[in-house]
Amino acid sequence: MNAKEIIARRVAMEVKDGMLVNLGIGLPSMVTNYLPDDVDVMFQAENGVVGLGGSAMPGFENKDLTDAGGGLVMAVPGAASIDSAVSFGLIRGGHLDMTVLGGLQVDERGYLANWMVPGKMVPGMGGAMDLVAGAKQVIVSMVHTAKGSPKIVPECTLPLTAERRVSLIVTEMAVIEPTDEGLVLRELGPEATVEQVVQATTAKLIIPETVPRMAL
Amino acid sequence: MKTATKLEDAAALIPEGAVLLIGGFMAVGTPERMIDALVERGVGGFTVVANDTALVGKGIGKLVTAGLVKKVIASHIGLNPETQQKMIAGEIEVELVPQGTLIERIRAGGVGLGGVLTQTGLGTPVEEGKQIVEVQGERYLLEEPIRGDFALIKAKQADYKGNLDYALTAHNFNPVMAMAAETVIAEAEVIVPIGAIHPDAVKTPGILVDHILEGEL
Repeated sequence: MNAKEIIARRVAMEVKDGMLVNLGIGLPSMVTNYLPDDVDVMFQAENGVVGLGGSAMPGFENKDLTDAGGGLVMAVPGAASIDSAVSFGLIRGGHLDMTVLGGLQVDERGYLANWMVPGKMVPGMGGAMDLVAGAKQVIVSMVHTAKGSPKIVPECTLPLTAERRVSLIVTEMAVIEPTDEGLVLRELGPEATVEQVVQATTAKLIIPETVPRMAL
Repeated sequence: MKTATKLEDAAALIPEGAVLLIGGFMAVGTPERMIDALVERGVGGFTVVANDTALVGKGIGKLVTAGLVKKVIASHIGLNPETQQKMIAGEIEVELVPQGTLIERIRAGGVGLGGVLTQTGLGTPVEEGKQIVEVQGERYLLEEPIRGDFALIKAKQADYKGNLDYALTAHNFNPVMAMAAETVIAEAEVIVPIGAIHPDAVKTPGILVDHILEGEL
C-alpha cells in the first residue's frame, strides 16, 4: 500500500452513514474509493452540487456539471444543484458534517495552513477558509513530511487557513488528534513506529501508553 | 416584454473602467459569447469580480489575455498562470477573497445589506485592516458589500420577460450577481416564449434583467 492509499483508506473510516461530506481536490478525493458499501453519504462540491457522483463516464459528460476542480462529473439520484450562496451557507451554517483537505502545515494548536506559500505560491484560498472555519469536522489528510521536512510543527510559519483547531490529522505514518492538551498520537500507520513518527514531527506529541495500528 | 440585444450592442454599453460581476466557476456558467464580444471590442480597464479567472483561453481568461482587466476580485487565480504573471508584473491588481465571503459580499450588495459578519478569515491575512465585531459572544469579521456596474450572467433559459433558470453547477455566482449590478446582461443557451419557464423554476425574476443576448443563428 502506498502512502496515499493508506491515508485515503484511514480517512474513509471516519465517514459515517448519513453524513454530508466535502472532499478537497487530489488526495482527499481518493477517499470515495474506500468507503464501505453500506455507508450512505452525500458528497458536496462547493461549486454547487449536493450529491456529487464520480467522474463522468464516457457519453455522460455534461459541460455544466463539474466538481470543484473543474473535472466533468456525474450527480447521484437525489442530487441537488445549488448556487454558491446556498453552497457556502451549507458550509458555514453547520450543515456540512465533514471536510477533508490537504495540508502544508499543522501546528500544536491544531491550526492548519494550506493555501499559500508567500513569494512562491499565491493561487488564492478558494473555499478552503470557509470549509475550515465552518465544517463540523475538519480532517487534514496529507503525507507526513514534505520530502523529509516536517509538516506537523510547533507553530505554523505559513499563513493560517483559519484560527480553528482541526479535528484530526491523518498521514501514512499516524493519526493525530489535536486536543486542549496538545497533539495526541492516536494510531500508527502500517509500517511506522512511535520513534519514526516523533522523528518526522517537530511538534510536541502526547504519546499514550499504547498506540494501536490503523485498522485498515 | 424585452427584445433580444445584439452582442455588439451589449458590448458597446460597457464603458472603459467598468466594474463587471461575471458569473462562472472555472468558466462553467460564464457567458462566453459576451466575453468574446468584449474582447472583439477591445475596450478595457475593467475591474472584474468573479470566483476565479478561469484558464487561459476560457471565460474570464480571455479578458485577461486581451489585457482588458485592471483589477480582479476573486477567490482563486491559481489555474490561470497569465493572471499570476500579470499580478507579479504589476499589470493587474488582485484582491483575494474567500469564496464564501465573496458570494455573501455580492449578495449583500444586491439585497441592500451594509455588510456581512463572518468567521471565515479570522486569524488569517484576510483579517488585516478589517473591523472585528462581537455578537452573542462570538467574534466576526465585518466584510463590506460589493456591487457592479454590470453583471454578465450565463443562464440555461431566458424568456422575453428576462426570467432565467440555470443548469446544474452553472448556477454558481450567477443568480446572486444578477441582483447586484446597475445593468444586468444575460446570455442564455436558449430564449423561450414567455410562460415556457415555470414560475417555480425561475431563479432570477425577469425584472432584474435589463438585456437578454440574442441567440446564435
